[in-house]
Amino acid sequence: MKDAGKYRPLSYFQLMEVTLRELLVEKGILSEEQIDAEVENMRSRTPERGARVVAKAWVDSSFKKLLLQDGSKACESLGLDLPGLKLVVVENTPEVHNAIVCTLCSCYPRMLLGIPPDWYKSRNYRSRMVREPREVLKEFGLMIGEEIQIRIHDSTAEMRYLVLPMRPRGTEGWSEDRLAGLVTRDSMIGVALPDSPGKTA
Amino acid sequence: MAEAKFKPGERVRVVKAYPAGHVRTPFYIRGCSGEVERICGAFANPEELAQMRDGLPPQPLYRVRFRQRDVWPDYAGPVADVVEVEIYQHWLEAA
Repeated sequence: MKDAGKYRPLSYFQLMEVTLRELLVEKGILSEEQIDAEVENMRSRTPERGARVVAKAWVDSSFKKLLLQDGSKACESLGLDLPGLKLVVVENTPEVHNAIVCTLCSCYPRMLLGIPPDWYKSRNYRSRMVREPREVLKEFGLMIGEEIQIRIHDSTAEMRYLVLPMRPRGTEGWSEDRLAGLVTRDSMIGVALPDSPGKTA
Repeated sequence: MAEAKFKPGERVRVVKAYPAGHVRTPFYIRGCSGEVERICGAFANPEELAQMRDGLPPQPLYRVRFRQRDVWPDYAGPVADVVEVEIYQHWLEAA
């Protein structure tokens, strides 16, 4: 809808952001250009980076082994620049389904998935995902059988988590690029499965 | 760096304490028992960092795996379901 030009005061957090930014510039701690560059940098990080990592792990077993042992090191070997990220990759198998939450705030592997979706930061998701994960997953449309263990990862401190979903059936012989197209953001958080091959073929 | 007191596979219990200030141990897990899944390394204590102190020596950080039934006695899902939480060593005791 077109903005009718009505005056709307800034919200508390908008005002705080503007104030802090102007003070940093005024005091010469950061320049406008540096701030713009960082915002641009943040915007350029998208879930495609994570999808590349997952697709590589699906086709390259030695990369997958390294990824599960030392996530950050494995990503660096792909040429991804992940300053300060201590990554733990957790693997979905026919017996185990993993999902990520941060109950204390909204810690998220931004370097690989970009800016988190609003629901990830909501009180609803953060409080219920550790308490009744199967109910929450159902609300996302994901039914996990009782015979499969659910492993919830609460990223409360230094590490960041990424789910390595299972490679969809019917993708034998696919290239890494084509596989990466099936890997959704939500499947790397653990609230969905990758797209099935029929959907994007 | 403080020495790591616990090894993967060992049973530990989260201290049931309620200090003021910035704490990275969620309320829901305090007092619960679980098993060390891995040692993540050692990091400056965030409770000290929040007070503008250096947080040294670094505290070993663990991933601890808890059975959901041990965290929420009325948990409705299967017994095998777990939740894993990162906990600093000074919040853990042998169980």
